[in-house]
Amino acid sequence: MRETIRDVLVGDVSQVPPGEGRTFAVAGRRLALFHTRAGEIFATQADCPHRGGPLADGLVGSTSVICPLHDRLFDLRTGQGPEPDCGIRVYPVSVRPDGKIWIDIGN
Amino acid sequence: MTATIEKERLVVIGNGMAGARAVEEVLARGGADRFEIVMFGGEPYGNYNRIMLSNVLNGTQGPDDILINPLDWYQENGITLHSGEFVESIDRAAKVVVSQNGVREHYDKLLIATGSRAFIPPINGMHTADGKLKTGVFGFRTLDDCTAIVEYAKQSKKVVTIGGGLLGLEAARAMKVLGCESHIVHLAAHLMDMQLDVTGGAMLRRAIEAMGIYVHTQKSTAEVLGTRNVTGLVFKDGGILGCDMVIVAAGIRPNAELGVRSGLTVERAIVVDNHMRSVDDPNVYVVGECAQHRGRVYGLVAPLWEQGKVFADHITRTNASAEYHGSKLATKLKVMGIELASMGINEPSEARDEVIQFSEPKKGTYKKLIVREGRLVGGILMGDISKAAYLMQAFDRDSPLPEERLSLLFDLGTPNQKITLDEMPADAQVCNCNGVTKGKIGACVAAGKRTPSAVMDATRAGKGCGSCKGLVGELVAWFCGGEVEEDPSVHYYVPCIPLRKPELIAAIREHELKSVSAVFATLAGGVEDAASKPALASLLATLWNAEYDDERDARFINDRVHGNIQKDGTFSVVPEMPGGVCTPAELKRIADVAVKYAVPLVKLTGGQRIDLVGIPKDQLPHVWADLGMPAGSAWSKSYRTCKSCIGTEFCRFGLGDSMGLARKIEKRFRGIDSPGKLKLATAGCPRNCSEGMIKDVGAVAIGDNKWEIYIGGAGGAHVRKGDVLCVVDTEDDVLQLIGRFMQYYRENAKYKERTYTFVERIGIDRIRAVVIEDADGIAATLDAAMQASVDAAYDPWREAIAPKTANQFASLVTAADA
Ligand code: SRM
Ligand SMILES: Cc1cc2nc3c(=O)[nH]c(=O)nc-3n(C[C@H](O)[C@H](O)[C@H](O)COP(=O)(O)OP(=O)(O)OC[C@H]3O[C@@H](n4cnc5c(N)ncnc54)[C@H](O)[C@@H]3O)c2cc1C
Ligand code: SF4
Ligand code: FES
Repeated sequence: MRETIRDVLVGDVSQVPPGEGRTFAVAGRRLALFHTRAGEIFATQADCPHRGGPLADGLVGSTSVICPLHDRLFDLRTGQGPEPDCGIRVYPVSVRPDGKIWIDIGN
Repeated sequence: MTATIEKERLVVIGNGMAGARAVEEVLARGGADRFEIVMFGGEPYGNYNRIMLSNVLNGTQGPDDILINPLDWYQENGITLHSGEFVESIDRAAKVVVSQNGVREHYDKLLIATGSRAFIPPINGMHTADGKLKTGVFGFRTLDDCTAIVEYAKQSKKVVTIGGGLLGLEAARAMKVLGCESHIVHLAAHLMDMQLDVTGGAMLRRAIEAMGIYVHTQKSTAEVLGTRNVTGLVFKDGGILGCDMVIVAAGIRPNAELGVRSGLTVERAIVVDNHMRSVDDPNVYVVGECAQHRGRVYGLVAPLWEQGKVFADHITRTNASAEYHGSKLATKLKVMGIELASMGINEPSEARDEVIQFSEPKKGTYKKLIVREGRLVGGILMGDISKAAYLMQAFDRDSPLPEERLSLLFDLGTPNQKITLDEMPADAQVCNCNGVTKGKIGACVAAGKRTPSAVMDATRAGKGCGSCKGLVGELVAWFCGGEVEEDPSVHYYVPCIPLRKPELIAAIREHELKSVSAVFATLAGGVEDAASKPALASLLATLWNAEYDDERDARFINDRVHGNIQKDGTFSVVPEMPGGVCTPAELKRIADVAVKYAVPLVKLTGGQRIDLVGIPKDQLPHVWADLGMPAGSAWSKSYRTCKSCIGTEFCRFGLGDSMGLARKIEKRFRGIDSPGKLKLATAGCPRNCSEGMIKDVGAVAIGDNKWEIYIGGAGGAHVRKGDVLCVVDTEDDVLQLIGRFMQYYRENAKYKERTYTFVERIGIDRIRAVVIEDADGIAATLDAAMQASVDAAYDPWREAIAPKTANQFASLVTAADA
């Protein structure tokens, strides 16, 4: 039923301070994890599509992140960026009761 | 199979600037689907830029350089062009035009754009018996005229130009450039009498004579001498001027004969209605210099562009109610390298007219404005025309003028605008950081974004270095045609909370909000706006000092890891070095660190210290620990540095101990947050080697232990000399007063507002009143607040040993299951 879904364990909620992001190495790739102050966890590609800025170093809002290099704003839920051709990949996240973060990294 | 829709035939007589532009406007409205277009041009070329003929005459441009629509343009657009075909008659009943050589074309709609020709006054000896101009006499209107003039000038020594208007001056200059002795003969008492008053005319004359051109005013030509070719001119006052060539630039006459012959109403030119249509025939339109609208005939291109648009709107039915309402004439001319702008009347004509003028003959600057009931009705600008764009717009729109009349003539304290918004081409880059052009801003306004901030959000213009923000704002206003929507959020301290800074401060104090998340929860409905976080963090730090609940996520990355992020995500490390001074031991440690960590670049900064560039986040704590020096705060919106010169310690001119004072300043104010960067300098004497007069705050020694304090200086994206706040007698006074000023700035400036804008916005007088005279009675409070901040400040590089958040310096966190 869920052949295409690959849930992997990334880390623990405590590894990302509230309101911030961190870059993680997982299954041979880099991902950015964000922990909003409301307690939600989001996962996206690590590098900004503009010029490769480290998104995890950006400023995090309720549902958005601003790239630290040139201020592009991305929606953490959809990955939508400032222009149609400038968006980021987002990954489905599940946080287990033990605080562990699992991500569906697809293929 | 394919049904062809019968197209109408649009025939255009005249392939000059107005005719060709009108056709371009038709094409731009999809007119090619509707019309089969046929053009007749009396000249054997495509359309060229007549305005540039003076350049062809003086040799700076070739004929090909001034083509606007070369012959293949007509082909590409499916237009039949009969060039070199002069239309002789129009049969309006049969709807047919016929050329001199017998080319006949049927039309459904006709456009007459025959322009005008050089006016040759009826003077004895001007023409030969067969009605042609005497050999050596030329008009100045067409490309062929230019070629002929240049050819004949090769064998001429002395050329007289009749007419001292724009055209005559250009012709006379070209003749001088071509090596001839050049004279101008003018009927009126001063040159360019249509545009200039007596004073302006006299200044222009001086400038022209300085170029070696002879000017003869109040001379009416009575006869052209010479039997086979021209040999001189005789004037009505009896004078004679010998010459071997004459250029006539005495005005223009509309080519309206075709209209007369075909039964259209012609007064000075062919009379049209507001749709640019002949008043006699709904199928005949007229644009350009051969058209007379509401009694006026124009001789400049700007009105023709407007006429062409109205014509195209109307004929293509894009806007069937489009109307032309006449143009107000404001022109910018470049006569012989002299910048000139003129608009409306050049002398007051009613008792209530107010004249504002300034002249500086030595520099060739003359400015005169005629104001009626607060609106501009006329003006002349010569020499310095930096205000032309603004004034021409005010004149054109009849908009009310500011009370401060001086600002109409001069840019007070703001940099000159080199190029007007109209002149700026659509592809001109406005924001270099984000590659946003004028055209893109226009499109954005057209799409409904009618405030500068909405346009900046949509295009990202102004979101890089920010130096273009002012220009973006002006362009938005320009594209909105003055109807910019008031954007209340520009007054808010942060866009997500509808309060100005003082109101926001009051609310924060009232609710005792000590963290950024508390502010969002209480004042912004719990929604965390990422972009507002650093601004709020800066404000709270200033308000609460040691009580501030410093949530690290509210800071920009630079302030979370205490370095400046670089393009590849690494950081820079700049240790403190007050006044550019360090010990040999420190210098050596810096070198050792650079070697140990293989730092990609070691660089002296513009702020007199040493930058270790390209350090990965994880190495930052180790680098700081090994350096053993305090942070230089080279990354944040805070006190940055105090530069200095060597002062009394070593310099033979030193009047004060600039290095010592810089050290005291840095030790006191380091690590203090502020709305914008605070960059300071001390100078040992007014030679100002450390640039104290252009820093946010500067102290310059002037002798007798006295220091002059400058504030609001700038030498970055904007350049501004600081204002003198006061002169004080001791170094302690310097420390106290600059601290008081910086606190006032911290409490009242908008986020990211540097002192150069702040000081101008508040006004130096008001700042002096508060800071020096204590007019508001808050001096002691300001001092105390600054002292509290100084006491609360700490060296963030100490976090090397005690990180504040999880994985604070981790470039990459390893997944838990790996
Ligand atoms: C390192 C340094 C250039 C150098 O190699 O010399 C530098 C580097 C940067 N400057 Fe600067 N400025 C440096 C001296 C200056 C100076 C000269 C000075 O400080 O005396 C100025 C003119 C004075 C002034 O600040 O107005 C200067 C005016 C600017 C500005 C324009 C500010 C303005 O409003 O006019 C910016 C842009 C801004 O602040 O938004 C800027 C922004 C920057 C930033 C921080 C851009 C950024 O946000 O990333 C650069 C960081 C590069 C990096 O990778 O670390 N830098 N910059 C200098 C560090 C000085 C120091 O020791 O602290
Ligand atoms: C040297 C010079 C400098 C100038 N400088 C400036 C300046 O700085 N700023 C400014 O605003 N204006 C300037 N002007 C004025 C500007 O060039 C004119 O306002 C503009 O060219 C008028 O356009 P038009 O189409 O009405 O006439 P034109 O450009 O003259 O075009 C009319 C065309 O119709 C053709 N034609 C006429 N009759 C017939 C016919 N019966 N059949 C077929 N074709 C016909 C003519 O041969 C001509 O090619 C300058 C003019 C000159 C000569
Ligand atoms: S260091 Fe300053 S001037 Fe140089 S590129 Fe960066 S911001 Fe521009
Ligand atoms: S790299 Fe992210 S906005 Fe430029």
